[in-house]
Amino acid sequence: MIREFSIIDVYYLLLAARWTLALTGLAFLGGGLVGLLIAVLRVSPTAPLRALGAGYINVVQGIPLLAWLFVFFFGLPILAGVRVSPWIAAMVAFSIYAGAFLGDIWRGCLQAIPRQQWEAGASLGLSFAAQLRYVIVPQAVRVAIPPTVGFLVQLIKNTSLAAVIGFVELTREGQLTNSTTYRPFTVYIVVAAIYFAMCFPLTRWSRRLEGTLRVAR
Amino acid sequence: MSLVELHDVVKRFGDNTVLDRVSLAVEPGDIVAIIGRSGSGKSTMLRCINGLEPIQHGRIVFDGETVNDPATNLRKLRQRVGIVFQSYNLFPHLSVEKNITLAPRVVKGMEHDAARELAAHALARVGLADKIDAYPDQLSGGQQQRVAIARSLAMQPQLMLFDEITSALDPELTGEVLKVLEQVAKEGMTMMLVTHEIGFARRVATRLIFMHRGRIWEEGSAGDVLAKPRTPELATFLDAVLH
Repeated sequence: MIREFSIIDVYYLLLAARWTLALTGLAFLGGGLVGLLIAVLRVSPTAPLRALGAGYINVVQGIPLLAWLFVFFFGLPILAGVRVSPWIAAMVAFSIYAGAFLGDIWRGCLQAIPRQQWEAGASLGLSFAAQLRYVIVPQAVRVAIPPTVGFLVQLIKNTSLAAVIGFVELTREGQLTNSTTYRPFTVYIVVAAIYFAMCFPLTRWSRRLEGTLRVAR
Repeated sequence: MSLVELHDVVKRFGDNTVLDRVSLAVEPGDIVAIIGRSGSGKSTMLRCINGLEPIQHGRIVFDGETVNDPATNLRKLRQRVGIVFQSYNLFPHLSVEKNITLAPRVVKGMEHDAARELAAHALARVGLADKIDAYPDQLSGGQQQRVAIARSLAMQPQLMLFDEITSALDPELTGEVLKVLEQVAKEGMTMMLVTHEIGFARRVATRLIFMHRGRIWEEGSAGDVLAKPRTPELATFLDAVLH
């Protein structure tokens, strides 16, 4: 049955955008935890731990996000005999993916702090963890905010991939709307506009931060 | 027992031998000035003593503990060996107070009020009592270096290492830092300092070491070594830095 595209459909698309944001938020949270661990492994004084962190980044970045989604959604039921909901599959896949990228971004930020700062901390008897926590991380955070926000924008857009495993977010809702209204151009223009409305403010904010943080103490 | 002992220490960076069988003993209360050309191994020797650089051969002993033994707790040891660097290395995101109190609070578990008092006391020793709430970038180079000295002193170390701490400062600021050093020396602190300030070394040091090609080339009382160089290398070096 074909019906007209109306303002109600725009409303439904906006509702679906909430799930895009929810998935982004959860993926950012999960990815942030994984990323923090990976970044710390990458700057650890212990070589095998550094290698472990590097291995994780290489493996995850070398496999498309789409493949991770399929692995968790279709693979787990076959391998482990557990059925996972699109929610769980998407969250896990996105956390793994975001963890690798955030880990790599944050590693760079930690390494941007001069080696002498580590030495000054070590010379005062601070442990590796204390050097990281009190000396390095507070300085690295300033460096990290702009690229992290930049990645967040990527993440918002990439959540659209979750549509392929039946996760109803903005893109999937667009597909559904299109299949009943047959107005692909209109539907996807609206979908695109909603993505833009979510991403553009973040991009602007990230630019502003880059400008102000460079001169900050 | 000597406070610091180096036995046959060899340090290499790749194929480059930076310390070549260096042996040395420093007694409590000694003020040892170390002079020599760039690349002669002076700074590396200091950095080996608090374990910042691993060594390839030999033994370094601080207060009976072998620094290069993997079983030694370097964190504990470094609380007793202060080091001040050429580039100050203050923590730019922390106030002067927090720079000084960070290690006493985190490492020694000192309470906030006691730590602030400690910072105030350490700052008074370097003549910067009024800068306790300033940030490093609000201070001159000389003031930053004095804060770095205060930060080390606040850990109440048994030994202080100074690695060319005035080399990044212009002459006017060098004076104020040397004055602080001299004061610390008078209080009886055991010190090893790598320096290009020959006049200061002559006045303050109890012993002087001239390093050349990774070896201790000459050593003795500052006055003797500077007045009567026994090797042409030292004579050439002194000629170059004094004129």
